[in-house]
Amino acid sequence: MSTQHSKTSNEPNLRQVRPMSSARKHAHWSLTSEPPLARRVVVATGSAFLVIFLVLPLIAIFSTALGSGLSAFVDAFSDSDALSAIRLTIVVSLISVPLNTVFGIAVAWLITRFDFSGKTLLKTVIDLPFSVSPVVAGLLFMLLFGAQGPLWPWLRQHHIEIVFALPGLVLATTFVTFSFVARELIPLMEAQGSDEEEAALVLGATAWQMFWRVTLPRVGWGLIYGVVITNARAMGEFGAVSVVSGHVPGLTNTLPLYVQVMYDGYNFAGAFAAASLLALIAMGTLAVKVILERRLPH
Amino acid sequence: MFSTGRRKRRKSSPLPGFDLTLGYAITWLSVVVLLPFSVLFLRAGSEGWAGFIHAVWTPRLVASYRLTLGTALVAALINAVLGLLCAWMLVRYRFAGRRLLDSLIDLPFALPTSVAGITLAFIFGPNGWVGGWFSNRGLPLAFNSTGIVIALTFVGLPFVVRTLQPVIEELGSEEEEAAVLLGASRCATLRHVVWPALRPALLTGFGLAFARGVGEYGSVIFIAGNRPFVSEITSLLVVTKLEQFDFDGAASIGVVMLAASFFILFALNLLQRIYEPRSSTNKRRAT
Repeated sequence: MSTQHSKTSNEPNLRQVRPMSSARKHAHWSLTSEPPLARRVVVATGSAFLVIFLVLPLIAIFSTALGSGLSAFVDAFSDSDALSAIRLTIVVSLISVPLNTVFGIAVAWLITRFDFSGKTLLKTVIDLPFSVSPVVAGLLFMLLFGAQGPLWPWLRQHHIEIVFALPGLVLATTFVTFSFVARELIPLMEAQGSDEEEAALVLGATAWQMFWRVTLPRVGWGLIYGVVITNARAMGEFGAVSVVSGHVPGLTNTLPLYVQVMYDGYNFAGAFAAASLLALIAMGTLAVKVILERRLPH
Repeated sequence: MFSTGRRKRRKSSPLPGFDLTLGYAITWLSVVVLLPFSVLFLRAGSEGWAGFIHAVWTPRLVASYRLTLGTALVAALINAVLGLLCAWMLVRYRFAGRRLLDSLIDLPFALPTSVAGITLAFIFGPNGWVGGWFSNRGLPLAFNSTGIVIALTFVGLPFVVRTLQPVIEELGSEEEEAAVLLGASRCATLRHVVWPALRPALLTGFGLAFARGVGEYGSVIFIAGNRPFVSEITSLLVVTKLEQFDFDGAASIGVVMLAASFFILFALNLLQRIYEPRSSTNKRRAT
């Protein structure tokens, strides 16, 4: 049955050789493809799966958010709690994204430019936050800074609030977005090598001149992509932030938490209005990714 | 440990910044990663081994472990099958809407989990676009373990597809052509030439999706219904313990979850090494 398939399907396929963008090297594509019927079944199944799981949710978010009219949508954001949630989300990401960016660059430099013992260990530790449940990430900071924690008496004495306040939100967010910039930069800088940097030094550049004029411009797009991904995750983090937030309305609710508060209060229009804003950020991130992928060398 | 390294790099690299970046990385990692983790283990062990076992082995928790691992496993398997199909389709076939679908693959990664949660509950809920149809036929999709599988399938989707895509792209057609010229059928070619080349990446993607599913929280709690013993996942119990101010209990469950995700990633690594000594996922990174 299978041999018959290949024989009958190869003939008509030979005429179907189409120029394809990624098929430069595949001149005899038709010989190495599935029979048309199998292709159609695969495309139908795959597309149905992706449409139900990826396209439908987006349609649902925006249609529900705008379902009660544009004025209701605008009203959802005139609420002071909603506005403070937006503000807090921006503030948290404005602090944690630069922290992770600087750290990512430093660690990528360290890992790709030097050989030292403990390098594998360092790589593992950097990836640690990525493989930890967001709830456990939040828990870590509750245990360290929360009531019953080892630092609690000292913090209380000096009136420093960490959990249930901005610093806790920033710490939890920084933790869960820890490795994105580094993960993006390490393979890129590894592939580029250090020849140009060494040349700059030999020609008399100082270390910082080399960094600003050679290293940074060369990783440019990769760095931008890392920052965009970090920002999307920072603005959208839910689990870790939910644990350390304490859900004080108007004070410690970021936008993703506000979505939950609205939803649990059966205010679906409000929940989906806030959700649509976050979905826009997510779609913007995907768009940036598509644009940058064309610029990045593969 | 690091001092010996310093001597080494003098040999190998004339570049500046070793001391600065190493010092900075270690300091920052200690504050943000190592210190919190050590407190977690101290808290979990504060009442000794017996206390730890007592805290993590209650019937309600065991039910949640079974549910969490079971749903994450099913979702990762669904993703392995459909993710392989989608990755193959997106790389090899040309059809209308391909680029759109391809760029949307990362959506679960970029969309906040709470947004994903309420949206999936809306679509697959008893009155939803998809859930309504099933619900009318006596097959509720949301507020039970099926709902958890749906949420975890959504969350794990990019891991399988994005791990496989570069490998399929790298897969030159030369070997497939050779197989055809030697008289192999398409089925035989797929089975003996393509499948072995994709297997390591598929395993990696499966493992990543599985590990991610075990720790997932936000997207699940909205669609799960969260009934104890029936649809209550482990990460939710961590939050419940914290809300009851049982910090030691929460820390103990946290350690179990950490151990689980490490075990999965470790087993995955081991499997890769036994199964295929030469991993093609490393190869693609280099190019």
